[in-house]
Order: sequence, then structure tokens, then C-alpha cells
Amino acid sequence: MSDWIARAVRHRSFMIGGVLTFVLLLMAAVSLFWTPHNPYRLNIRMRLKPPSWDYLLGTDAFGRDVVSQLMVGAQNSIVVGVVAVAIGLSIGVSLGLIGAARRGWIEELIMRFSDFTLAFPAVLSAILLTAIFGPGSLNSIVAIGIYNIPVFARLARASGNAIWSRDFVTASRACGKGGFRITVEHVLPNIVPIIVVQATIQFAIAILAEAALSYLGLGTQPPTPSWGRMLNEAQTHVFTTPALAVYPGIAIALSVLGLNLLGDGLRDLIDPKLARQR
Amino acid sequence: MSLFLAKRFATLIGTLLFTSIVIFIVLEILPGDPALLILGIDAQPGQLEVLRQQLGLNDPAWTRYWHWIGGLMTGDFGISYAYKVPVWELIAERLQLTIPLAFISMALTAFLALVLGVYAAANHNKTGDVAIMATSQVGISIPSFWFAILLILLFAVHLGWVSAGGFPGWGEGLGRALASLILPAISLAIVQAAILARITRSSVLEVMREDFVRTARAKGVSKRAVLWGHVLRNAMIPVITVMGMQFGNLIAGTIVIEQVFTLPGLGRLMFQAINQRDLELIKNVVMLLAVFVITINFIVDMLYVVIDPRLKVHDV
Repeated sequence: MSDWIARAVRHRSFMIGGVLTFVLLLMAAVSLFWTPHNPYRLNIRMRLKPPSWDYLLGTDAFGRDVVSQLMVGAQNSIVVGVVAVAIGLSIGVSLGLIGAARRGWIEELIMRFSDFTLAFPAVLSAILLTAIFGPGSLNSIVAIGIYNIPVFARLARASGNAIWSRDFVTASRACGKGGFRITVEHVLPNIVPIIVVQATIQFAIAILAEAALSYLGLGTQPPTPSWGRMLNEAQTHVFTTPALAVYPGIAIALSVLGLNLLGDGLRDLIDPKLARQR
Repeated sequence: MSLFLAKRFATLIGTLLFTSIVIFIVLEILPGDPALLILGIDAQPGQLEVLRQQLGLNDPAWTRYWHWIGGLMTGDFGISYAYKVPVWELIAERLQLTIPLAFISMALTAFLALVLGVYAAANHNKTGDVAIMATSQVGISIPSFWFAILLILLFAVHLGWVSAGGFPGWGEGLGRALASLILPAISLAIVQAAILARITRSSVLEVMREDFVRTARAKGVSKRAVLWGHVLRNAMIPVITVMGMQFGNLIAGTIVIEQVFTLPGLGRLMFQAINQRDLELIKNVVMLLAVFVITINFIVDMLYVVIDPRLKVHDV
């Protein structure tokens, strides 16, 4: 274990990714209790102010503090990421494990279904959902979650199949364990690391997708602060106050970069053999 | 070969049918009463009944489905509820923008990714490789619509070289029309190219370790000739696969990017359709986009065999 920690500390992208992700989580956690200003309070007299000591990054077109909005926006990104990954992970991994355990036509059916869902980009399915149920953060989360299902299903099936062909599975079969017990006791624990790595990457993708949907006005609705919607509002004032269109993008990019680096680092640390191949 | 083709083609038809059924269920069965969805909850019962008649909603679901599919086959996409004109006319007009935009960005993506990816692999672990990898890591993390806004900031706001959006139309001269597509194409291509460059690099590195590469070098073929002649062709399979998958992202990406640059393409058409709850239009635009994505992936499958004739023997 201490050897693992020593390697983790020396691993550059793991450390950078870890720090960036920690800052994201910290920002969201602090914003639950404290923000420099009330991110919801409109104040027309203070609109589009340049950065000052009181308002570190200035104010937006409604006079709201940009720093406070960015902090609360982090909560939003994290909630969307966690729920969307949870939906994809729970359903996808279950389907993948069933496919690996049962083989035959069930596996074929699950995989063809995954192919089909993968051909449907998250933004497209979100647009379909909002066309019927109206825009809203719940619909966008569900749409991103659905997109995550085939990703995890394919991964769980492929790595599950590899475990099923190992000797210790044959041994436990000989001991009379059924497909369900083998899946829960042997297959699942062995594929957890690779699932965790993928979850980190999908988390990053979910943040990007949510930002795009909110930018389009299909995701998080006002007055809840979200980075994507801040960019949408900023674009109207891009000729007068260009800086407003820069901060939320940096927040998105750094969060996504952090999670991607963390995922890459975790993969290297869990399986050094894979790292060399890449 | 013909068996392989037939099997692939059957899968293509099956996927298209399944897609159409899902779209039909989502848009016409899930809402309960599409007429109510279109007119809103305060519609008069009389109005609703008229619209139901007009859209043929009183027919059983399967009749409506076959009517829709039969129409698609013969080029009849129905009438837009909001615009009162044939859906196909609306789509055809917008395709003039979306198709060139998608292809320009795909070409840009492929060019950037191949050049950078092969260069990085050829200079494995040297400064150029490290720099390209670091840049692509950042490129993957940037939302394409934000990159588009940054491009507007630089080229339209600061330098004033191009306008911040809009499309003059092909009638205003090829140069002006293409100029207004450059920034959108670049913002779409950068993120995709960052992903593809990484795939290209690792795929090329993998092939460079193969025995036949060493043999070719040993018999005196120059490093450059081996790289472009032997390695690249063998490294193309994963690159093409990812490119096929990226085309779907690109189509979805155009929806967002058209919004950033206020381009009158298919994406914006879909937005207006959503705001006006024009289900007939939404149904057909989504189906058309799905047909694009699925067909491109079918063509990619075919390309495998062209690139690597060994594959058809194994029947992938």
C-alpha cells in the first residue's frame, strides 16, 4: 500500500488531476455554506462592473457576482456528473455482467442495443427528451445518463468475459457456485478498478455535455447558476465585456482536464502494463 | 465477400428500422396526445380534434408508423406544423449549410490528427511528442462551443477580420460563404482532432513495434518510407473506427456550433422546431441525423475491408 502511495505521489498527471479535482470539490463544498455575495441577487446598478476587491471577477449583466456564481455552478456540474454516471454505471454494468454471465443471444441482444445507443450522441437524445418533456436539468441528466449506459455495458462485458475465462472461476464453478454468485463474488470485484477509471472519464464527459445543453438553454434553468448558461448569457455582451465569456469556460476546462488526468493516472497506477502500451 | 456485404447491409437496415421505431415511440406514443403537446394545455377540444384529424392521429399507431416510413421512402416527409410547408423543403435548404460544415470540419480533423499523431509517434518521447500530447490533453478538455466563443473574441471582436456569426448564403459568392464557415469548422475540428491525434499516435506506435517494420528497415527501406508506406496503412483501422464514431459527435456538435455562430443550418432548424413544438419537423430531422450517423458507420465498416483485405476472410 505504501508502495502504491509512493508511486501515486510521483505520478505527474495523477497528482495534477487530483489537485484540480480536489479544488473543484472544495469550491462546491465551500459554496454550500459561503459565497462572497449572494449569487442570486440581481442588482442593476452594479451590472457589468470590472473586477474589484469587492467583486474579484466583476459582475454579470444582472449585477450578480461572477465568483459566487462560478462557485455555486460547481455544485451543479458535480450533481449532473454524479447522477449521470450513476445511471449509466448501475444499469450499464448490470447489463454487461448479465451479458458476460449468460452469453448467447442475451449477450448479442445487449451488445446490439449498445451499438444503437452509442450511435445516438447525448446532445441528440437530450434534444429529443426536451422536445417532449420540456427543458430542465433533470431531463438533461437523464439524457446524459442514458448515453453512459452502453459505455459501461460494453466495458463490463468485455472485462467480465476475461474474468470468466480464468481458472479460479472454473474452480468455483466446480464447487457448485451458480452464475449469480460467481458474478457477485468473483467477476464484479475484479472489474471494479477499470470501472472506476471509466467512471472518472465519463464524469468529465458529463460535465462537458451538461455545459453544452445548458448553453443551448435545454439544461439547467434560471436562476440556478450553471457554467454553460453563464457562457450563453455572456455571449450577448461579448463585444462590451468579453471577460465574462472567459471565466466559466476556464472553470469547465480545468474541471474536465482534472478528471481526465485523474482517470489516466488511476489507469496507469492500477495497471502499469496498460500504461506502457499506450 | 458478397456474404459479408449482405450481412452488413442487413444490419444496416435493421438498425435503421429500430431507430425509426424508437423515434416514433418517443415522439408519438410517450407524449400521450401529440395534438395536446403541440397546441398546449389550454387548447379547445374542437381545435384538438381538428389537429388530430389533420395529422391523422386518430389512426392506430402502426398505421401512422407505416405511413411515416412509406412517406420517407418516397421522399414525402410530411408538412411542418409551424411553417405550413413540406418538411423536406425546410431540411433541403438547411442541409446546404450543415453538410459542407460537417465535411469541412471532418477533413480538417483528419488532416490535423494524422499530421500531429504521426509526427508525435515518429518522435516518440521527444519534445515534439510531449508538446503535442500535452496540447491534445488540453484540447480534449475544452468545450467546443467555448472554443468557438474564444475564436469570436479573437477574430471578430479584437481583430475584426470576420463577422461574429451569420451566413451570407452561397449566392453571395463562394469566398464569402466559405469565410463564414471557417471559424465554426475550426472550433468543431480542434476538439475532435485532439482525440484523433492521440488515437493515431498510439496506433502508429503499436504498429512500429511489429516485426515487419524491423524487416523493412533491415533490408534498407528508409525510415520515412517505412512510416508512410508500411506503418500508416496498418495503423489506420483504429483511426478510421474512431473517425466514424466522431462523425456522430460532429453532427451533434454542429447543432451547438450553429447556435454559437447563428448559422441557419439543421441544428438551428431543430431548435426552432422544439420551441414551436413542431413534432413533425423534429421527428424527421432527428431521423435524418440518425440516418447520417448510421450510414457513415456502415461505410466505415466497408472501408475496413478496403484497407485490410485480410479482414473479409475472418468475417468480422
